[in-house]
Amino acid sequence: MSSFSSCAHALASCFGKVGPALISVGTLVLAWELYARFSGISPTTLPAPSRVLAQAMQHRQALFDNTLPTIRATLFGFACSLVAAFVFSVLIDFFRPLRRALFPVFIISQTLPLIAIAPLVVLWFGFGLAPKIMLVALVTFFPMLVALAQGYEATDADIQSLLASMGASRLKIFRLARLPSALPYFFAGLRISITYAVVGAIFAEYAGAAKGLGIYILNAKNNFRPDLVLAAVLVSASLTLVLFGLTLLVQRLVMPWDRLGERRRP
Amino acid sequence: MRLELRQLAKRFDGLDVLADISLHVDAGEFVSILGPSGAGKSTIFKLLTGGLDADSGEILLNGAPPAGGKKPFAFMPQHDALMPWRRIIDNATLGLEVQGFSRRAARECVAPLFAEFGLDGFERHYPAQLSGGMRQRAALLRTVVQQRDMLLLDEPFGALDALTRAAMQRWLMKMWQRHRWTALLVTHDVREAVFLSDRIYVLSARPARVVSEITVTLPRPRLGLTSPEASAIESRLLQILLTPQSC
Repeated sequence: MSSFSSCAHALASCFGKVGPALISVGTLVLAWELYARFSGISPTTLPAPSRVLAQAMQHRQALFDNTLPTIRATLFGFACSLVAAFVFSVLIDFFRPLRRALFPVFIISQTLPLIAIAPLVVLWFGFGLAPKIMLVALVTFFPMLVALAQGYEATDADIQSLLASMGASRLKIFRLARLPSALPYFFAGLRISITYAVVGAIFAEYAGAAKGLGIYILNAKNNFRPDLVLAAVLVSASLTLVLFGLTLLVQRLVMPWDRLGERRRP
Repeated sequence: MRLELRQLAKRFDGLDVLADISLHVDAGEFVSILGPSGAGKSTIFKLLTGGLDADSGEILLNGAPPAGGKKPFAFMPQHDALMPWRRIIDNATLGLEVQGFSRRAARECVAPLFAEFGLDGFERHYPAQLSGGMRQRAALLRTVVQQRDMLLLDEPFGALDALTRAAMQRWLMKMWQRHRWTALLVTHDVREAVFLSDRIYVLSARPARVVSEITVTLPRPRLGLTSPEASAIESRLLQILLTPQSC
């Protein structure tokens, strides 16, 4: 009996957290469904959510085949971007003049409109994985670099001078204090960048690819199938949400101390 | 180890912070530096731990200028400076790890001391799970396990509430009676200085100079804080601190 009530209690508290989100999303979808059904609008202009879902189920094999390359481009591109951002953040942290030399270049890289750059990168590097990786890295590198650099700077000055008083070298201070201090910033950057990464990969495919959600969307649009466009959008949104959730999970595993402060607050 | 400072002076951007600091600490002695806020008390510690260099004056260890190599001081900052991402035991071993101990060897060194520091059973906790007093004890544990010749305590209880502070002062006195560390304490708390010290140096407001040196001969443990002798020393110190100096 008590296990049942505690289970019910857990369910209730779980619903308390996700309930409001479910209600707001549900209301939006319902409004869309009603409008699409009763306004007399053509399904080739605005398909109802139920139709999008039905078409997604019907074309699930094609959607699946086109999602895999997108996942691959996202993850490879993001991994490259993370490695590069980490290496440059460390270099910049240890050699200050490098920061002044490199930051303008990175900022300029962020001003390039993706819509102009993507076709060029595809033109230069072909329809394979390479241009996708480059474009994903291009949109995610700078946010990650800034997050890391800011994280190092956020290190508690008392901890650093304590380590210095213990005779720690600069490298040791970095490893023992600056690097762990940057973790919350790193994960904040990760959550933002992972959403950019999916969008970047789809855009790269849109500009030219053999397979992928981006090219799937382009083809569906050209065939006047907005239902399939939206089905692909649904898949990419789900993919982004899953990746976002994964970053939260990893953060919990890597930073178990992070939630302790929260629990003490009323 | 005997520490002696001779006429230390330090300026920052044309601002005189330390004008003339001369003092000494003998082996096994508990000495306090008492001064108003902003008098440059912490600057003295920065000169000792190597964070800063003095403009003039000398620092002598056993009569000789400090040699390179192993540092003779273990420093305890005002805010505990515990690393939130390390468990208490790994915070306590920090100094040993910096010295090159493996994490395992360092843990073995530190673990037996947890009971004495009132931290038994909290080895695997994170700092956020501990009270202010416990965190401060963990910080002191991290300081003493470094096995340096001298402890530098920078207002170690300044961030605690009054009741916890009083309890921690009593606890520290007991610990000191048992271990007889050579210790230099910086504080602006007159009662704390009288309660803990063998000798007290009183600093003037900035630019800081030593204006008075007072030996406290009260027997330990000094639990009767209201004894007339203690009160007499306290009021004398307050008088020195509150009298404006023209220099």
